[in-house]
Amino acid sequence: MIAVIIIIVILVVLGIIFAGIYNSLVGRRNRVDNAWSQIDVQLKRRHDLIPNLVEAVKDYMSYEQETLTKVTAARAAAINAGSQGPQAQAQAENMLTESLKSLFAVVENYPDLKANQNVLSLQEELTATENKISFSRQFYNDSVLTYNNKIQMFPSNVIAGMFNFTTRQFFEAPEGDREVPKVDLR
Amino acid sequence: MHEQIRRNRRASWLLMGFVVALLAALGFVIGMAVLGGTSGGLGLLGVFGIVAIAWSILGYYSGDKMVLAVSGAHQVTHDNEPQLFNVVEEMTIAAGLPHAPAVYVIEEPAPNAFATGRDPQHSSIAVTRGMMQMLDREELQGVVAHEMSHIRNYDIRFATLVGILVGMIALVADFFLRWSFWGGVGRRRGGGDSSGNAGAIMLVVALVLAILAPLAAYSVQFAISRRREYLADASGVELTRNPLGLARALNDIAADPRPLSHANRATAHLYIANPLKNKKTKEVSGVFDTHPPIQKRIAILLEMAHVGPEALVPGRRAAVAAGDSAAAVTAGAAGASSRAAGPAPHDPPPPPAVPPASPA
Repeated sequence: MIAVIIIIVILVVLGIIFAGIYNSLVGRRNRVDNAWSQIDVQLKRRHDLIPNLVEAVKDYMSYEQETLTKVTAARAAAINAGSQGPQAQAQAENMLTESLKSLFAVVENYPDLKANQNVLSLQEELTATENKISFSRQFYNDSVLTYNNKIQMFPSNVIAGMFNFTTRQFFEAPEGDREVPKVDLR
Repeated sequence: MHEQIRRNRRASWLLMGFVVALLAALGFVIGMAVLGGTSGGLGLLGVFGIVAIAWSILGYYSGDKMVLAVSGAHQVTHDNEPQLFNVVEEMTIAAGLPHAPAVYVIEEPAPNAFATGRDPQHSSIAVTRGMMQMLDREELQGVVAHEMSHIRNYDIRFATLVGILVGMIALVADFFLRWSFWGGVGRRRGGGDSSGNAGAIMLVVALVLAILAPLAAYSVQFAISRRREYLADASGVELTRNPLGLARALNDIAADPRPLSHANRATAHLYIANPLKNKKTKEVSGVFDTHPPIQKRIAILLEMAHVGPEALVPGRRAAVAAGDSAAAVTAGAAGASSRAAGPAPHDPPPPPAVPPASPA
């Protein structure tokens, strides 16, 4: 009689542990998905800021049309690349980052523009957005790490295997972007 | 960096355990001496526990508003202070918190900052005007990351808990000392074990403990506070992946000798650097210091970045960054290439988009 009770208690405790591990796996997977979409939120925010920036500087920079055109084109390409998968998207976004750097380098040559309140606050917003993109990618990687650890380590790997939790990929910079981008100062 | 985090957490919990044990021992011994028998000991602990907890609940729920009011802070939004607000938002994203803490500014020239709030959903960060003027964006990011980490690590809650325990120790000891001073000794109620000699010895033990325990408890409380500061430094770096930002900020703060006029002993432990006195030259922490010596904190951060003190000079920052790995400059790519599992943080954060201006 006692033996039966003990067995039942053990089974209940195991069941609770089981459910706890399963729930935590689900929670972490959802966090990874959430972190991924947060990156997109920041990317889109940058897309939205750029037209304002171009408007603000264009009247002062009549000789820099080429730089401005590059920025606008890169932005359009990045928006389109959104539907072509993460690799293409990452590459297009990095092109956009480069063109923005060129633009700000050029702004350096126009003291009036540099002191302009609008331009300054837009610069701050763009810096913040670049940082946010970077940190949301970082957080995505952190979430993937915790999730992958949970999936691969004992004892949660047992349950992960039973319910088909698969490992996720880290976000990595496309190979070409590991070089220092050249800033064109013309 | 992860090693630092683990070590600091462990140390602070061990210290907390010591306080609990001390409290249990004290209460027990005194209870036995006063009321006779073990049930007396436990009963006494229970009574004081309820009092201390009730007192602290008030502090827990409205504590952050009180602290903010006392420090003369006023809330700001993205419109008044875009850079500060943006930096706080960036750190919120890096920490994966659901929303950013409320942001406050204290109109004082001395550079300092603090965080308060019982959990990430109900938290606030306050920064002085002096700090915002003195630090550049990267350094401000380091400081905000440190404060954010206090919130993430539930340091306020931890410190409140420690405060309750230490407060109880002080109360119990105080009660006992008064009781024996006012002649309670002769009137002890008998229990089975209150025969003359054993009772007297217990009394002496209780007296000694009552005098020493509060001292020990306060020392440990300060030790815990210092540990959590180190932990906040390391966790802050976990957010920014840039130890140099915070290191340079601490260096600038240390160079400023002005104390903060609104701070007092009760709120001192919340600030990033001790607001009450000159901080620059101390090498070793005193027993009753709420913060570790700044030079030591800077040394630990430099160690994480694998650079020497020359990196603290602002002009060298660009040189260090350029000499670093190839991904030194790009914004998005830098964030992407830092794998969470990677070795020591080496990529500087995305620098402001404007490269150094050429001389006019």
